[in-house]
Amino acid sequence: MLKIDNLHVRVAGKAILHGLTLHVKAGEVHAIMGPNGAGKSTLGNVLAGRDGYEITAGTIEYEGRDLLALEPEERAAAGVFLAFQYPVEIPGVNNTYFLRAALNAQRKARGEAELDSMQFLKKVREKLAVLQLKDELLHRAVNEGFSGGEKKRNEIFQLALLEPKLAILDETDSGLDIDALKMVADGVNAMRDPARAFLVVTHYQRLLDYIVPDVVHVLADGRIVESGDKSLAHRLEEHGYGWLAERRVAGAGG
Amino acid sequence: MSALVESLSTARVAPAGLAAVRADALAALQRDGLPGPRDEAWRYANLRAFGQRRFVDGDCGAPMRALDPGTLLGGDVAARLVFVNGVHRADLSTTGRVEGLSIERYAAHPDELAGLLRADLDGDAFARLAAALAIDGVRLRVADGARIAAPVQLVFAGAPADGDVAWSLRTRIEVGAGARLALVEHHLAGAPHAHFGNAVADYDIAPGGHLDLLQLQEAADGASVIRRGTARLAAGAALVQHAVELGAQWARQDFRVRLEGAGARFESRGVFALHGRQQGETRLDVLHAAGDTACDIAWRGVADDRSRGVFRGAITVAAGADGADAQLGNKNLLLSPQAEIDTQPVLEIHADEVKAAHGATVGQLDEAALFYLRSRGLPFELARRVLVAAFCGSVLERLDPVARARVDALLAARLPQAEAA
Repeated sequence: MLKIDNLHVRVAGKAILHGLTLHVKAGEVHAIMGPNGAGKSTLGNVLAGRDGYEITAGTIEYEGRDLLALEPEERAAAGVFLAFQYPVEIPGVNNTYFLRAALNAQRKARGEAELDSMQFLKKVREKLAVLQLKDELLHRAVNEGFSGGEKKRNEIFQLALLEPKLAILDETDSGLDIDALKMVADGVNAMRDPARAFLVVTHYQRLLDYIVPDVVHVLADGRIVESGDKSLAHRLEEHGYGWLAERRVAGAGG
Repeated sequence: MSALVESLSTARVAPAGLAAVRADALAALQRDGLPGPRDEAWRYANLRAFGQRRFVDGDCGAPMRALDPGTLLGGDVAARLVFVNGVHRADLSTTGRVEGLSIERYAAHPDELAGLLRADLDGDAFARLAAALAIDGVRLRVADGARIAAPVQLVFAGAPADGDVAWSLRTRIEVGAGARLALVEHHLAGAPHAHFGNAVADYDIAPGGHLDLLQLQEAADGASVIRRGTARLAAGAALVQHAVELGAQWARQDFRVRLEGAGARFESRGVFALHGRQQGETRLDVLHAAGDTACDIAWRGVADDRSRGVFRGAITVAAGADGADAQLGNKNLLLSPQAEIDTQPVLEIHADEVKAAHGATVGQLDEAALFYLRSRGLPFELARRVLVAAFCGSVLERLDPVARARVDALLAARLPQAEAA
């Protein structure tokens, strides 16, 4: 589904990713772990199409298409979703309006019929129940005045509603207490599907106790330096990221 | 003498009182001319070009001009007076009998109108122009204690004519003690034209009176619309203004508020959204002349393409006006590198015990918010419109729902549909 090959990215003139290679198949959950400053968030932003990231080399192929040639909204319509590390507050834009506009814009771009408000609300109620979110969140402005946990749950709620094919979770666990973490994990696990892939970017192994990955990668110094099964996450937790530096093998990749 | 003044100095038949004011206004204009580039109050206006334009004084075809009733603002009205190119249209107006509300046209009271216009001659060149051109207008009185449930609409419509028409209307609104009125001033266009419209208004609010004033300006893109308002508030009186400035090639409003009685309160919520080569200028001038008076001004401005917006909010707290509360906020968005917005908050305080705050910003759309919306699938233009509408809407939350729906639709239609940045 997703093939990232030899990706080099500069941000504000500084090389952040240099030679990242990562292949993800439909149905798989990949975890990307790594120390602060390794380029984890850069990867999510590049995949979603944010401005300000200069791709100096490498390719990203998504479902056989050149992902880098698509605008952010085209990527969304094609099924790419980024759960933001820091969801943006947008005063004055009602959450329900936003969600419906987003869903219908994607459907329109895919040539599907737009949902009327009854169909939309029915879908919303189903998804809210799964995440134990209050209706009240829908009536507020997008993320405005939401607590940290509410913002992250709102991201997962959007994920559930928009039903993307490739979901990138950028440190969705940061700032969550254990109950909120479980709720977020439940929401993600409910969406696991043979046709859907997840890229779970995290600093801590804790989230991976609840969202069990098929593959764990370690991102350090702008490339994947180690890949393995879920036990890799536990070894990292035990030994810390410093342990990797000592046993790094040149040319390791995912 | 400028081409503008010359073109409007033609002879015309009018009642003696009005003819005398007109002669004096034109004489003063010919003597002093239009404001020069060093006149601070007019430095943003392109008067050199405007002074070269020629207009026809009045539109004799106005009684026949078509106007789509769908352009009028819906909802219940206590009365609606429609003027097309400055000419009253009884066929489009409704003036039912409402207890406590009296509406007179100045065409029937020329001497009273002449008295108002003569006082206007003390103002600047555009005040004189407006005085020279006016032959009609509206005097609206709300009796003491009367609460008029539905709004009164004054509609200033422009319609294409044989040439570019200049017109002027003078209004006077008197809200009695403890009375209440909602007034809508609606400038709109039937079809494209490049007329020059002038509207001058007084608002006198007696003790405890309350005036809700909605000014919706969606004049034709080619039109020039110059408005001037002076409000005087007695003790405990309140004026709540909502101003939405969307139309006209050149739109300017000078709005002065005198808080003359203790406890008088002025609230102003306004938006201007400009595109193309539009120029919009709003100048608010508030005087706290008595104690415990309050003003609360929150305006939003948006400029796209090569448009230029100017907002000036000046608040003066006179000596002795202790307990005054003066708040002024003006936030602006530039949507294009060629657009320009000038904002000038001015606070002048001569009293001791005053609560005052003012702030003004000019910025661009929040890139993070724009990306967030796009990453969820909203196309760039829709995302931009959603953010701009939210930005403007933040000061329109208390607008009546019928008017709000109209404003939202207008904003959506007028806001940029342009190319991706």
